[in-house]
This record gives sequence, structure tokens and C-alpha cells, in this order.
Amino acid sequence: MGEIDELQKKAREIRKHIIKMLGEAGSGHPGGSLSAADIVAALYFHEMRLDPDRPEWPERDRFILSKGHAAPVLYAALAERGFFPVEELMTLRKLGSRLQGHPDMRKLPGVEMSTGSLGQGLSAANGMALAGRLDERNYRVYVMLGDGELDEGMVWEAAMAAAHYKLDNLAAFVDHNGFQIDGPIAEVMSPEPVSDKWRAFGWHVININGHDIGQILGALAEAKNIKGKPTMIVAETIKGKGVSFMENQVGWHGVAPKPDEVQRALAELG
Amino acid sequence: MSKKIATREAYGEALLQLGRENPDIVALDADLAKSTKSYDFGKTFPERFFDMGVAEQNMIGTAAGLAAAGKIPFCSSFAIFASGRAFEQVRNSVAYTRLNVKIGASHAGITVGEDGGSHASVEDIAIMRVLPNMTVFVPADAVETVGAVRAAAAIDGPVYIRLGRSAVPVLHKEGFQFEPGKAVVLREGKDATIVATGIMVAAALEAAEQLESKGIRIGVLDVHTIKPIDVEAIVNAARKTGAVVTAEEHSIIGGLGGAVAEVLAEHCPIPLKRVGIPDQFGESGAPAELLEKNGMTPRHLIAAIEEIITKKG
Repeated sequence: MGEIDELQKKAREIRKHIIKMLGEAGSGHPGGSLSAADIVAALYFHEMRLDPDRPEWPERDRFILSKGHAAPVLYAALAERGFFPVEELMTLRKLGSRLQGHPDMRKLPGVEMSTGSLGQGLSAANGMALAGRLDERNYRVYVMLGDGELDEGMVWEAAMAAAHYKLDNLAAFVDHNGFQIDGPIAEVMSPEPVSDKWRAFGWHVININGHDIGQILGALAEAKNIKGKPTMIVAETIKGKGVSFMENQVGWHGVAPKPDEVQRALAELG
Repeated sequence: MSKKIATREAYGEALLQLGRENPDIVALDADLAKSTKSYDFGKTFPERFFDMGVAEQNMIGTAAGLAAAGKIPFCSSFAIFASGRAFEQVRNSVAYTRLNVKIGASHAGITVGEDGGSHASVEDIAIMRVLPNMTVFVPADAVETVGAVRAAAAIDGPVYIRLGRSAVPVLHKEGFQFEPGKAVVLREGKDATIVATGIMVAAALEAAEQLESKGIRIGVLDVHTIKPIDVEAIVNAARKTGAVVTAEEHSIIGGLGGAVAEVLAEHCPIPLKRVGIPDQFGESGAPAELLEKNGMTPRHLIAAIEEIITKKG
């Protein structure tokens, strides 16, 4: 089996975990977790230099999920990668769990930054990239933003700063799934043209299909070779990807599947 | 009390010295480096200084990332922007994460003067001390400021240091030991205690001296650490003197006066009067004029003491 097939399989496992853990939790955000699953799988099972036994290893690559409400996709990847037992996924959002509703770096190994309040992850990623340069470490920093999250003004402060400080050890993704809580981004608050905006802010911009593993790996490889500026990978995705009745349905932004819906979704995911 | 130095000046010098001693110290500013006095650090260690432009939220968020990667970032800005504009970044990216970020908040209070009410932070102590994991220092003079900066660097976690624009008297001798969380008894009293912080400590000492000539003995407790508040020192002073006046260059709501009221109500209910900025915003004017208008001079403290003494049981 080729690497792309392996990564597709991992993404499918991650999607199944997302459905199961949200079903068990009874609340949470399936749509934006499913749309990000292929990118997160590529990062955690191909791209990033990590050691689950040493989550604080100074040379590790970092990933920040700025769109923290998609916590299930991060938790599923961390568990599959061996940062904590897979069974623990079923404690999501429960009292005493290390798997908080939004990622908490002080509770769960592998979480690089506590997120959930939108717009703050890129700034933290910039700080980690600056520190890596100061310490002459060659780790890379990855961050994922939502397209609705681009409404936050702080994102653009950070966009300006990353280009100003020429942070070529940083690559960001926009999970461009087209929806925010109140509806399609085009209707609620359009961030378009997304790619032109990042380009205008001084970033190298790559456009990909965010569900095509080959394109994701290609973009990550390209980003590593870009010098003197940060890279933004604008990934066209489908909200709820992989579960037919959730795809492109804004109602599945922040509602957990009921037991019968969990079964239907898992049957589709195989 | 002849020499006068602004606490922001002492902050800048202390930060520079720390930078010489510890290569992990980094500094960020939001286009105010010449005013906050982080400028000299930037000139001396350009590779460890990051001007983030007029973008305080991103400054705090970037500092969080630097801290997560092992650096000790000092973020400097005016108090109004550091605590207000960037409040939710301080809350979620720094305090909630318990990251090792220090905030040097200058030009606090009404003595920012002519810039007026948009810049006069009268609420920052309240909104910083309510945050879990946050330590809040309000140094009274240059010596305490140096101690606060060094203590902040030694603490593993978020620290807010409140600084002033205007030159203020140097109260402490060189060699003063700044102990975080330990209030300083500057004067023992019998009839009442002024519990003061920041620039109001000097005013409290002056008021106490003047009252001494009238035969009224006033204790002065210098609370340079608002959080964690020194419950023991406040309760001891209250038990000994039976009445407390608080003095701060901050709204009387939620700051030192609020913190002391909480302590006394729970541990030693006695007559209390809060001197500070009434529930209103600042305005333009000379610092001395503004202190007069807001009732924050030694003369006003004396009046508050004379009033509170009549309420003692």
C-alpha cells in the first residue's frame, strides 16, 4: 500500500473517531472537524517531526489548531499517533477529562497551545517560529485557521507580523469549507478573496483541494522550500466531509450526532 | 525623598539589565518603545526585541508563543491597551495557559495627564487581578520597580506590572528586598492605617507625617503586590489600628480598595474608606491638577483619616 493510501486510511480512522467521540459527548463540532481531517492526518502521519514519548522535545515540529472548536480532529490524531490511549477519546467534554471542549495545553500532552477563542492561534505560532529562529532550532510551526475565523481582526495583525518578520519556518492552512455558525461565509461575512488577501499581506500562497492527500503533501513540500516569507495553504474543503448527510450542512457546525446518526455515519466511513 | 524617577524609567533600566543576565529574556512593544522605555533593550539586543506595531492583541499572542517555546517575554505598552485592548488575549492566551509572559503596563492612572481620559487607565488593576494565575505588581517607586521586574522574571507564570508616566519620589533605599506578595510596613500606627499602592504610597507617608504633628499616629502599609494580596499584613494593621483608608491611583471599584474591602469584610470588619478615582473616567490636565480634582492628595487623605477615626467603635 502506498503512502497516500495509508494517509487516506488514517484520515478515515480519524473521521470515525470524530463521529464516535462526538456521539458519546452529546455536543461538539463535527462539520469543521471532518473538513480538516485529511490535512491533520497528513501533518501528524507524514509531515511533522514528533515523538509521542517526549511531547516537550524542544526540536519537535508544532501544530496549533487555531480553530479550536475542531478539537476532535486534533484529539483523534494525537491518540492515533500515540500521545494518549485511544480509549480516552470517549471522555471528550466530560467532567475531569483531559479532552476539554476546546484544546487545553495544560491538560493534554501534544496540545501545543490552548485555543478556542478564535483568532489567537496564528499569533502564538508566530511566537514559536520567532523562538525557533532565536534558538537556531530547525523545527517548523504549522497552524490551521477556519475561514469564518478570518473575520477576527487579530488574524490580520498576525498575518502582517509573520510576513514582516519573514517567518519561513511557519506554514498555515485555511480550512476553506465555506461555512460559519450563522450560515455560508459568503452571506454572513465574506472573507473573499482569501488568497489575494494573504498574498497582499506578503505571504506565499498555495491553493489546493484539502481532501487530496497528494496535493496536501505537495503543498507542504513546497512550503519548506519557500524562503523569506511564510506560506499560506488555502485548502478548499467540504464541511462535514465523509458523512453524506453532514456535508455542506451548516446545521452540523455545532451539533453532535445522535446514536442512529452515529451508526449511519460510521457505516458510510467503512 | 528628594530624588524623583518615573517607574517606567526604572522598568526600562531593569529590563535592560535582565537582558544582560539572561539570554532567554525577550521584549516586545507595540510602537511605544520610547515611552514605555523598552527602547534601550531593543537598541542593545535588537535580535531579542520585537516591535509589533500598533497591534497589542498580536503582541500578547506572539508573546504567548515565545513563552511556550521557552522564552521569557516582557510585553510593554500603555496600561489601557495592554490590559484593555488585549484583555481577552491576556485572558485566554496567557492567563488560562499559565504561560510565562510579563506585561509592563506604563502610563497607568490619571497621571498620564494631558493625553486625557482615553489613555488614563483607571480599571486595569481590577481586570488583571480577577484573572486566575495572574500576579499583579504596582510598585511605588523606582527601587520597588526594579524589584518587581526581577521578581517577575523569576516567577514562572504571567505577571502584570503597573507603571507610571510621571516622576515620583524614591522612597526605598538601595538594597530594599522586594518580596512578592509581602506588603511593606513603612510606618507603624496606632489610630488608623493607610493601605496604599503605587504612587499613592508617597502621598500616604506625607499625610501620616502631617498627622503626627497633630498627635494622630497613622500606619502606612505599602501593598506593592495586589495579587496575591497580603491578607496577614492587612489584617494585622487593621486589628492594631481599628480603621483603614485605602489609597490608589485607580478606580475605587475593584482595585486595591476592592481587594482590601474583601479581606477586611471576611477577616476583620472595621471602618474602611477608599480613596482613589471615583467611578468616572480621567480627563486632560496636569497630573497634579488631576490628583487634586480627584481628591487624591495628602490633604484629602488626612480628611479621610479624620473622618474614619470618628467611626471607630
